[in-house]
Amino acid sequence: MMTRSRLLLMCCAAALICLLSPRVHGQVTSQRLATANSEPQNWLTYSGNYQSHRFSLLDQITPANVKNLKLQWVYQSPVAGNWQTTPLVVDGVMYITQRPNDVVALDAVTGRAFWIYRYTPNPNRIVCCGANNRGVAILGDTLFMGTLDANLIAIEAKSGRQIWKTEVANTTSGYSITHAPLIVKDKVIVGVGGGEYGIRGFIAAYDVNTGKEAWRFYTIPGPGEKGHETWEACPPKADSFCDPEAWKHGGGSIWMTGSYDPQLNLTYWGVGNVGPDYAGAQRPGDNLYTDSVVALDVDTGTLRWHYQFTPHDVYDYDSVQVPVLVDNWGRTGINALVWANRNGNYYALDRATGRFLLGRPFVKVNWMSEFDERGRPIQTPQPPGQPTYPGNQGGTNWYSPSFSPRTNLFYVSAWEDYASIYGPSPVEYKEGRNFTGGGPRPFGPVPGAPGLSRAPINTWTEAAGHGAVIALDVATGDQKWKFNMTDVTDSGILTTASNLLFTGGREGYFQALDASTGTLLWKANLGAAINSGPMSYRVGTRQYVVTVSGLSLFVFALDE
Amino acid sequence: MQKIIDLAVLAAVLAAVGATALASQQGAQLHDSQYPDVDIAHGAGLYAARCAPCHGAQGDAVGGVNLRSGKFRNAITDRDLAGFIRVGSQAAGMPPFALDDTDMAGIIAYLRNMNSFDAATVKTGNVARGREVFEGKGSCTKCHRVGRVGSHVGPNLTDIGSVRSAGSIQRSLLEPTSQMMPVNRPVRLVTKDGTVINGRRLNEDTYSIQVMDERERIQSFLKSDLREYTIVKTSPMPSYKGTLSSEELSDLLGYLLSLKGPS
Repeated sequence: MMTRSRLLLMCCAAALICLLSPRVHGQVTSQRLATANSEPQNWLTYSGNYQSHRFSLLDQITPANVKNLKLQWVYQSPVAGNWQTTPLVVDGVMYITQRPNDVVALDAVTGRAFWIYRYTPNPNRIVCCGANNRGVAILGDTLFMGTLDANLIAIEAKSGRQIWKTEVANTTSGYSITHAPLIVKDKVIVGVGGGEYGIRGFIAAYDVNTGKEAWRFYTIPGPGEKGHETWEACPPKADSFCDPEAWKHGGGSIWMTGSYDPQLNLTYWGVGNVGPDYAGAQRPGDNLYTDSVVALDVDTGTLRWHYQFTPHDVYDYDSVQVPVLVDNWGRTGINALVWANRNGNYYALDRATGRFLLGRPFVKVNWMSEFDERGRPIQTPQPPGQPTYPGNQGGTNWYSPSFSPRTNLFYVSAWEDYASIYGPSPVEYKEGRNFTGGGPRPFGPVPGAPGLSRAPINTWTEAAGHGAVIALDVATGDQKWKFNMTDVTDSGILTTASNLLFTGGREGYFQALDASTGTLLWKANLGAAINSGPMSYRVGTRQYVVTVSGLSLFVFALDE
Repeated sequence: MQKIIDLAVLAAVLAAVGATALASQQGAQLHDSQYPDVDIAHGAGLYAARCAPCHGAQGDAVGGVNLRSGKFRNAITDRDLAGFIRVGSQAAGMPPFALDDTDMAGIIAYLRNMNSFDAATVKTGNVARGREVFEGKGSCTKCHRVGRVGSHVGPNLTDIGSVRSAGSIQRSLLEPTSQMMPVNRPVRLVTKDGTVINGRRLNEDTYSIQVMDERERIQSFLKSDLREYTIVKTSPMPSYKGTLSSEELSDLLGYLLSLKGPS
């Protein structure tokens, strides 16, 4: 038993030590973020590194021993609903978000909580499509989270105490934040969701210490700004409703985390669908920068280049996919940005200039036929009532892809043989109201039959589409192998240095494949859909692999 | 204008709650028998700011209501009183008043003691001077943190003025151990390799313990990896009885009561 005076002495001495010496443990510097690959035991950003490879250099778990994976611990969320978080792990502490906007610090070995930060979003918030949060970002001893009611919050990583809160946008107009922020240098970067509510999207950077806005880039350019001309004037005698100020509520939401190239000082973000989603006739033009990737100077937010994947989109082909950076692409010396898009095509772009290098389908595509020499798709709209491939949910969607420098393969969660029939209808903008302009219906094999449903009794089947993990040659887009699933998948993908690939799906299986061949090596039925991206970390000598299924976060490792 | 209306409404509800005593109330032990003077004093300040404009300094400015009687028509227990104030009453035209735990404890303590409390004896702590004591002579930031200043070693006090009553905070300054939350107790851990960890307990289960160590690291240990695990029952915090003057203590209390969470 310690004496009280001794404890007091220790308390004061400890405080003195802290005042006099720099704190190292838990301090995540921007340099550490830029060199995240040098500390594979940690998972410091949403996608694992600035290149967004979702690739772990850990190799304790191998194709030979993965069959011995055992469940180590489970953390159950107390809140029902689709759970899409990717944890961060820093020096043995795991930081997760849980619905609606809680942050929890867990011991990464036992799953026990150190603290819980609870945030109650505005009950009048307007959020589409799952109302999720996909994770936090960290810098120094501070965590950053965007909220469903469009606030950005800084939280002490040691205590879970709020440091500052900044309103990013007005939630009752349909703005929200669902993705994990991106930290670059002294800025925290976020974008706003709300593409189904007629927002005017933007990406903005905030000072990490104060929460003060440093710059803002509107994904829908206003009058006088470059790109505004793609919001064309309405024809004098339009056949149907046309909105002369369509740009004001043109969508362009941001709901997945961007990437960063420190050498070019550019940050890359995928931009969501145009508003209204389907009623294209009322917004003539290409509608920049919807369905595009934008490359922004990270210090100023200035647009350096853009590439639009789906000009004048009428299919809801959000291009929010995580941008993946690949150096010396195809041994050409070009540092590329590769992208499997919701519109069904795999792309490679020169990430310094935006130059189109490659585009080809990875699933069945009939909304376009080919690309012109500049990489613009030649569109082939289908007749009314006929199916468009890929369907409304896309050839892929927001599910994190993975790139393995070991195999030089790019891995994507895909929906194959899946189509929708589109039915646009005019819609007038009303603040905070649904602004989709019609809607698609799945292309089913039996017209007039009841709608298809998925899980636990799956009537969806191969007749209407199925899920797959597709491995593409990163340089050519050639399919190297494919792992088929009966049901579709919303899971992200993790690959590791030992040539393992981890992924899930709506069926609830968490499965490990050989990353070189696609051979199934191990699986566990976790009982509910997997809607997040797996990640891996190490504490001590032990490697762990994590996924979220249903309301539970599962952590696996080899038995010691 | 809105403020005036709110005050008027609050007066109306207090009227509904107040009025005359019910016979059944008399003699019953229906609320805490003791209210710390500092809670009453804290409540007096709140009353003056938020209630007195309608109820008057003497509590009798609303017709038919005499708050100084300490007896209330529709509220028997302290919980009843808190409910009236928090929820309000549509019938009486009162909106809810979202007082935090600290302020509610204060206002109830004052309402229960209006008749006997002598405002002249109240020393209202000076918040600015109290902060100087906190960050200076009191050396509180060596262990505690407010906002972004101070250490994580001791409990964070950023919102202490909304979660602890004035009486509890005062007692913690004079008799720290008496107010120490069990989960915050100091622990001493010795691992099997002899490493000693002193820290503050954050969480614990049958097989593991989570601590904030003296180097401000959050750490977790399996009990099976420990050679020794001691929960210290006394607070490492010194009593400020005798080391701070009564005025300094009052100021420090005033500062702590002003800490309502992140701005």
